[in-house]
Amino acid sequence: MELLRFATAGSVDDGKSTLIGRMLYDSKSIFEDQLLAVEKTSTERGDDYVNLALLTDGLRAEREQGITIDVAYRYFSTPKRSFIIADTPGHIQHTRNMITGASTADLIIILVDARSGILEQTKRHALLASILRIPHLVLCVNKMDLVDYSKTEFESIKSEFEEYASRLDIKDITAIPVSALTGDNVVSRSSNMNWYDGYPLLRYLEEVYIGSDRNLIDLRFPVQLVIRPVSDSQVRDYRGYAGQLVSGILEVGTDIMALPSGFKSKISKIEGPEGDLDSAVPYQSVTIRLEDDIDISRGDMLCRPNNKPNIGQDISATVCWMSETNLAIGRKYLIKHTTKILRAIPTKLHYRLNVNTSHRDLEATTLELNEIGRVDFRLSNPIFFDEYKKNRETGSFIVIDETTNATVAAGLITGAVTAN
Amino acid sequence: MHNEISHLESLEAEAVHLIREVLAELEKPALLFSGGKDSAVLLNLAMLSVKPKKLWIPIVHIDTGHNFKEVIEFRDSIVEKNSLNLIVGSVQESIDLGTAVEDPNSNSRNKLQTVTLLETIEKYKFDALFGGARRDEEKARAKERFLSHRDTFGQWNPRSQRPEIWHLYNTKHNSGEHFRVFPLSNWTELDIWKYINLRHLELPSIYFAHKREVVRRNFMLVSVTELTPVLENEESFITSVRYRTVGDMTCTAAVESLAGSIDEIIVETQATRISERGATRVDDKFSEAAMEDRKKEGYF
Repeated sequence: MELLRFATAGSVDDGKSTLIGRMLYDSKSIFEDQLLAVEKTSTERGDDYVNLALLTDGLRAEREQGITIDVAYRYFSTPKRSFIIADTPGHIQHTRNMITGASTADLIIILVDARSGILEQTKRHALLASILRIPHLVLCVNKMDLVDYSKTEFESIKSEFEEYASRLDIKDITAIPVSALTGDNVVSRSSNMNWYDGYPLLRYLEEVYIGSDRNLIDLRFPVQLVIRPVSDSQVRDYRGYAGQLVSGILEVGTDIMALPSGFKSKISKIEGPEGDLDSAVPYQSVTIRLEDDIDISRGDMLCRPNNKPNIGQDISATVCWMSETNLAIGRKYLIKHTTKILRAIPTKLHYRLNVNTSHRDLEATTLELNEIGRVDFRLSNPIFFDEYKKNRETGSFIVIDETTNATVAAGLITGAVTAN
Repeated sequence: MHNEISHLESLEAEAVHLIREVLAELEKPALLFSGGKDSAVLLNLAMLSVKPKKLWIPIVHIDTGHNFKEVIEFRDSIVEKNSLNLIVGSVQESIDLGTAVEDPNSNSRNKLQTVTLLETIEKYKFDALFGGARRDEEKARAKERFLSHRDTFGQWNPRSQRPEIWHLYNTKHNSGEHFRVFPLSNWTELDIWKYINLRHLELPSIYFAHKREVVRRNFMLVSVTELTPVLENEESFITSVRYRTVGDMTCTAAVESLAGSIDEIIVETQATRISERGATRVDDKFSEAAMEDRKKEGYF
């Protein structure tokens, strides 16, 4: 059974919690005692309905204020697939939360209210989905029951969204008309919308093909740990390189090159959790053994000799700022990229992107919390990178503030800094 | 060639990746081991993250002194078989020292574990503790990160968690602070059982159906022991039960079951309509925020 990770974006007003609650309830993933607790709290709070948001709002402050502060994770499965939902709050800390919840997602559901259509928030979510390059986007047009299940209303929202999205970079967009409250087109096909000939939402989530979303071409294996059990006499000569294959396919016999040394060898063994494997695919965690003893340590990367990542210490990236302390051009930060931690200085802010209008402000001098911009960095050492759009794992990094140890930004590499 | 990996393999790979990051970047990690099913899975993942090297980090058991004997036997046999280094933090010792104070109205030592846990962390200067908590267990846990920062008092601050993006974990911290690391965050109870089946892991015998003398208390089945005797107006009876979780004997209840094998337990787990904690934990029911409050103080 395959795993699908998806994020949901939209506000409580769009019926997001109801939609998630409906999927969990109809797939029997809510337990009776959890539902009873929610019913009890709803009554105590004076809600006149069973507030399914209480299922995911796990923190006291969230329940007290009736808002979602942080990403919540929920789990359910059907006979076809297992699902992990990252439910991202719409308003508070929107960019930071959405990136946290959606950075590893295969798919994102953006919810809109059929009565209000495409809002500024919808566009912001679509833009972020495009920046993060989430492979599949579902536009869920909810509350169809309140617009008389009208095909015209649905088609007009759908085409307005598609028109906006055509300026973005989203591979696959599907629009589904639903009513989370009544269950129309959530789990089973709605008899109120016979004009809709696509899948209901859950069926779509079960069927959407994600096999080709991974990069199976460019072999990249960042080394996490070198395993050398020198004190154990039985395996004293063992030397293995442990890590997670982030892209490409590993096979026994594959020619590889280690970076930064440039030494070449061949894969002699791939060790999985339960014995040896003939091959490995992304994102398996394995231990690789090589035919030759070459000098490799944590932070190095294995690739094919004829397909190397970029190597450099001047990179340009789309940066999402996540801290209350603004970006300071010229200040020293740390970055973590694959399995390397190094010093970095942002040298130039090209522009700040208005996430609501996609407008680029070329006069900007800093990035504040939840703002996005294009930034050049000078790194203390070379890294082995690809463009984020080609490779999520070798094209991404986080920025750490050394004085507070906080994670202050996420970076998506657009390429090397070009001389100008 | 198989191009797809199953959902259990994905969860396993994600957990192993995190464990390796922590082993590589932190100086003094340890692994919390209760002898329960989640910690059995966690320990297995940690061992296979470094194999064929022996797992070198210590295994820490916070011992309430109220354990099921089957669980202690299991703990000792796993430690022996894999030549692990076991550290036991004793709640009784904290009580004797006066740092942990028993509640005169309750014989549960569940809350007191926090004191002993934090004392053990301080004594050995651990900077990371692997734990087997899962986000599906409880809604405060559902908000916690894989790598969860604790201040010098061991406290969790849910309002200022570090964003966790892609698979890039930020292990930077000041001295005296530590991390709780939850490689099983994305696993469900059913995943745990399927994984135990897939990798043929051993478990304490009380997870499987057996006959036991119990009383029915607050809709739960409580085993009759010296610590949990039959109360007035209660009548004990013998029935076939198993445990869905193992914790302090005074606050862990059994469920009625005939499931004697992992396959049978998987069938039962798929059919159950009551959550793991709802069915078996006597201590979470006091308030909506019971877990969040304990976690903020430094609980597991």
